[in-house]
This record gives sequence, C-alpha cells and structure tokens, in this order.
Amino acid sequence: MDISKEVLLEIYTRMISTRVFSERVNEFFIKGLMHGTTHLSVGEEASGIASCMALDKGDFTTSNHRGHSHAIGRGIEVNKIMAELFGKATGCSNGKGGSMHIADFDRGHIGSNGVVGGGFAIATGAALTQKMKNTGKIVLCFFGDGASNEGSFHESINMASVWKLPVIFFCENNLYGVSTPTSKSMNIKDIAIRAKSYDIPSYIIDGNDAIEVYKTTKEAADYCRGGKGPIIIESKTYRILGHSKSDKNEYRNIDEIEKWKKKDPIERLKKYLIKNGIAEEGEVAKIDEGVMRDIDLAVEFAKNSPNPSLDTLTQDVYA
Amino acid sequence: MKEMTYAEAIRLAMAEEMRRDRDIFLMGEDIGIYGGTFGVTKGMIDEFGEDRIKDAPISEAAIVGAAAGSAVTGMRPIVEFPFSDFITIGMDALVNQAAKMRYMFGGKEKVPMVVRLPSGCGTGAAAQHSQSLEAWFCHVPGLKVVVPSTPKDAKGLLKASIRDDNPVVVVESKLLYKTKGMVEEDPEFIIPLGKADIKKQGSDVTIITYGRMVPRVLRVAQEVEKEGIHIEVIDPRTLVPLDKETIIKSVMKTGKAIVVHEAVKTGGYGGEIAALIAESDAFNYLEMPIIRIAGKDVPIPHNIDLENAAVPSEDEIRQNIYKVMNR
Repeated sequence: MDISKEVLLEIYTRMISTRVFSERVNEFFIKGLMHGTTHLSVGEEASGIASCMALDKGDFTTSNHRGHSHAIGRGIEVNKIMAELFGKATGCSNGKGGSMHIADFDRGHIGSNGVVGGGFAIATGAALTQKMKNTGKIVLCFFGDGASNEGSFHESINMASVWKLPVIFFCENNLYGVSTPTSKSMNIKDIAIRAKSYDIPSYIIDGNDAIEVYKTTKEAADYCRGGKGPIIIESKTYRILGHSKSDKNEYRNIDEIEKWKKKDPIERLKKYLIKNGIAEEGEVAKIDEGVMRDIDLAVEFAKNSPNPSLDTLTQDVYA
Repeated sequence: MKEMTYAEAIRLAMAEEMRRDRDIFLMGEDIGIYGGTFGVTKGMIDEFGEDRIKDAPISEAAIVGAAAGSAVTGMRPIVEFPFSDFITIGMDALVNQAAKMRYMFGGKEKVPMVVRLPSGCGTGAAAQHSQSLEAWFCHVPGLKVVVPSTPKDAKGLLKASIRDDNPVVVVESKLLYKTKGMVEEDPEFIIPLGKADIKKQGSDVTIITYGRMVPRVLRVAQEVEKEGIHIEVIDPRTLVPLDKETIIKSVMKTGKAIVVHEAVKTGGYGGEIAALIAESDAFNYLEMPIIRIAGKDVPIPHNIDLENAAVPSEDEIRQNIYKVMNR
C-alpha cells in the first residue's frame, strides 16, 4: 500500500499540531490559566492521528478522555478545540464541554467521553445505524488499555460481533490506567487476544509508527466495510506526560520515560519522510513553523473569544 | 375508539409509528418470537422482521448505549427492558451518555430514543424485579419521564415519546398490562408530554397520583363520593416535564393535597410534588399539611401479604381521606 505524499504530510502536520497544542495546554494548566482538567496525548500522536487519517469522509469516531489527537485527527479546527478548553462560546461545544467533551457531528466525530468505557456502546450503536441504513460507512472507537477491563467492552464487542457491525475497536495501549500498570490490572500481555472471545480478527501494531498505524487502520476499515463485522486494533504506545494535570508521576521511573522518548512518533515520521525522499528538511521545518503559528493564532482566538452568556446555562438541556 | 389492553395499546403505538417512520426500530431482550417478558411485542416480528425487532444479547449497558449511538446517527430506537430494575446496569449509558450528549456537546445533536421499563411490584418476584425507580430518572436533566396509567394514555404518550427528540424513559406499570380501556384508533392521536389529566373532578380534596395507583385511588374516590366526599384525582402522566399549573390550580380549589405513589417514600417523586405545592401560591390555600402516601422504605419482599403491605392500600388511602375531611 502506497501512501501519497499529500496524506503523509497531512499526518505529520496533524501530529505536530497535536504535540504543540498539548504542550501549550500543559503550560496553561501549570500556570493556572485553564480551568478544569485535561489529559494529553504527548507521545501517542501517531496512534490517534494516523488512524483517523485512514478513515473516509463520512465515517464516524468515538473518543475517550484523552481525545485531543482524535479531534485534530478528524480535522476539527484547533481554534475551536483551544477555545473549548478555555471554556469560550466559540469552542466546539460552546464552552459547555471542556477538554473531555469535544465533538463535531458534521465531521462524524460523535464525541469524546469522560467515562472510561463510555464510548464502546455508542460506537456500536453508530455502527448499527450504518448497517441498517446501508451507508457503507464505518465507525472507529478509540479506547485505552484500562477501558478494556470495563464491562461495556465485553457487552459492546460481543454485540457488534454477533450483529456483524462495521466498527474498528482501536485500543491505544499506553501501558497505564492512570497509575496502575497493565501488568497489575490484567492477566494478559496483549489486549488484542481478547478478540478471540468474539471470534473476530485483531492486529497488534507499533503505535508509534505512523505508517504502520495508517496502513493497518486502512486494512481494518476495508474489512469492516466489507460487512464482515468488527475488528480490534491494539496500538502499543506510551504517554510521556502524566495521566492528567494532577499527576506527579510517582509510579514510573525516569529511565522508562526516557526509553520511550527515543521512540518519539513525530521524530520517527520526520526521519522517514526525509530518508525516503518524500519531503526535504526545509519542507518539514516549514510545516513545523506553520503549525506553531496556527497554535499561536488558536490561543489568540481562544483568549479573545467571549465567554458564553449566562443565559446559555439552561439552553440545550432538551432538544 | 376501540377497547384494548394497556399492553395492546403500547404495541399499537409502536407498530403505527414504525409503519410511519423507517428509522424507528425496537431493541431488547427476547422481544422477537418470544414477544417480550410481558408479551407486549408479541407478533411484531412478523410484520417488521428481525432487523427492526432486534433481539439483543443480555447486555443492558450495550443496549442502552447502542440506542444512544444509533440515535445520534439518525435512527430512532425504542428499547424494551424485561424489568425496570435492570436499568441499573444501563445507567451509565442513560445518565452519563444519552441524557448529556446534547448539552455537553453544545446543543448540536439530538438523541431521539425511548426506554420502556416494566415497573412496580405485585408479581411476587421480590426485591430485584419489583422496583419503582422513576425518581432516579427525574433527577437527571436531559431525560423526560412518562408514567401512563390507562391504555389510552399509554398509546398517546408513547407515540409522543417516540416522536420526541430527547431520551424519554417510559415507566410502564406491569400490573396494568392486562387492564382494558377505550383507545383512540386515529394514528395521529398523540398526548403531548407535560399535560396532566384530571381523572376525576372534585372539590374537597386533591389527590395527585400516577401509574398503577391511579385506578386504586379512583376506586376509593368513587366509594367516598357516595359518602359525600368529592375527590379530585390528578394524574400528571409525565413527571418530567411536569404540568405544575394543573396541580396548583386544583389545590387552590380544594385546599387539601394528598400525593400517592407506589415508589418508596424517601426520595420519592411525591416529595417533589409536595414541595411544588408548598412553594406555590397554593400554599396559602392549604387548610392542613400535605400528606404523602407512598411505598414503605423497604426492598419489595416475596411473601404476598408482605408485598401488599409494602405499597399504599385502598384502606390507607381511604383513612387519609377521612383524616383530612375530619371524618
């Protein structure tokens, strides 16, 4: 499978965009400029972005609490995401959702989720719609290693498998559920082997390799589109920063973090692009500069945007 | 008008709506050939096929969550539960997901789904198959809560619920499924949500009640009518939204208010109705404290005498009427 230069550069752009976005947000939280909490994807950009880029227009995604890469991956404007984190009226959820509740229904991103495992059944239902309406579209459900221990994981994948629903259950296994390592929360090494319980196929991939993530997701999407039912992708990756803003990182050692920093997905993709003559160093540097500028503009946009007016408090509880 | 049971009226409402709109489908446990735990969906699979009458695995979290996911992507699901008690397993999907998807994503999406819950005691099935949990749902902004008491109301309210663009919980009384009544046959007969029904006019005492307690209260009201006590029986029919005006107006007329429900008293919806009256202009018309007659604060027991004693009896209702009338 050849990936066009255009797509590769867009993957790179959205990955670096997620990184810069996350670093700025982290800084705002440290300085106390942002209200609430946030869960950042630094180190996991290939997983979230390359998978989204492998989807077609009109496909659907559900996301979890660590969802900024998924939102950027689906093409939601960083202005709107940044404004949402600042709680502004111009945010993609009008300032009512914040970091964990980002959606853009027009782009098929039907919502990130503050409840671990909350997205499995929603994705299954969205896939049921595609099957019942015969749309040819599929759903990709992002979840973490920790969520695979929730009951809704089993209920939903079982249902999707028996009804042959077009959904990719995409696990971003970053080895920790908050502070608890997977070795202490499950008796298996690979979450993907749970697919056997439902007699559905699965992949285990290097989640820090954007090319592998993209190609595998494409293949899985074709499988789902073919009406064969759901599939699991386990994307092995690592969260460089803490679980959320309040994480003091006391449960893991610096060597482990440093080891994973060497597998940085953005550096790897950059090297791949240059080594294979897809882009020159200057071209990549230009992308980086453009992204820095875009994020600066997003911050400006968010800071200058109005707060939602108080009369919106009681709006939209009901349709 | 045609005479039919509460169960038949529910089935007719669903069938009429499914004929009208291809996006409506039914999902639940054993609702196909089996016809549902209480026979409500009997025969529907013959007309609509197994794609639209979907027998689901015993997976309440996935069923309610999938309903929400299908609703935001263009379908209009109706979920039937075997027993209302099992909604506890689907509560994340109902409370944290379906009820909040519109608000927390900035009001851009609609979540048109109905969850039908056979509720209440009286079958001897004991603590895990007999609860009346309607107050839980009323406490969650984003959900609407419907509590029909007659076949006609069941049909009209369910049709309104199916056409509503929000998640609606329909609390059905399982002991009412076999009760009969006259029902409108017009497929466009709808009872709007949020409109109470004065089931009996009267001037002495206002009794606000819903669900299975409506026929019970009406029997007592008709009896004491012979003794010259004129009870006004108000059935709110929907708890969210609540027709506050009809309740307040009636209490201003009678000056006496009794609330009756099968659900346990503590934290029950009767407290909400009592508070509504106390906070309104009707308070100044009250001649005595508001009375709540409700289920005892116990899990529903199996033994039939204990079970009957757990919920308001006709005698308890009568005695309280005598009390407020100084008889």
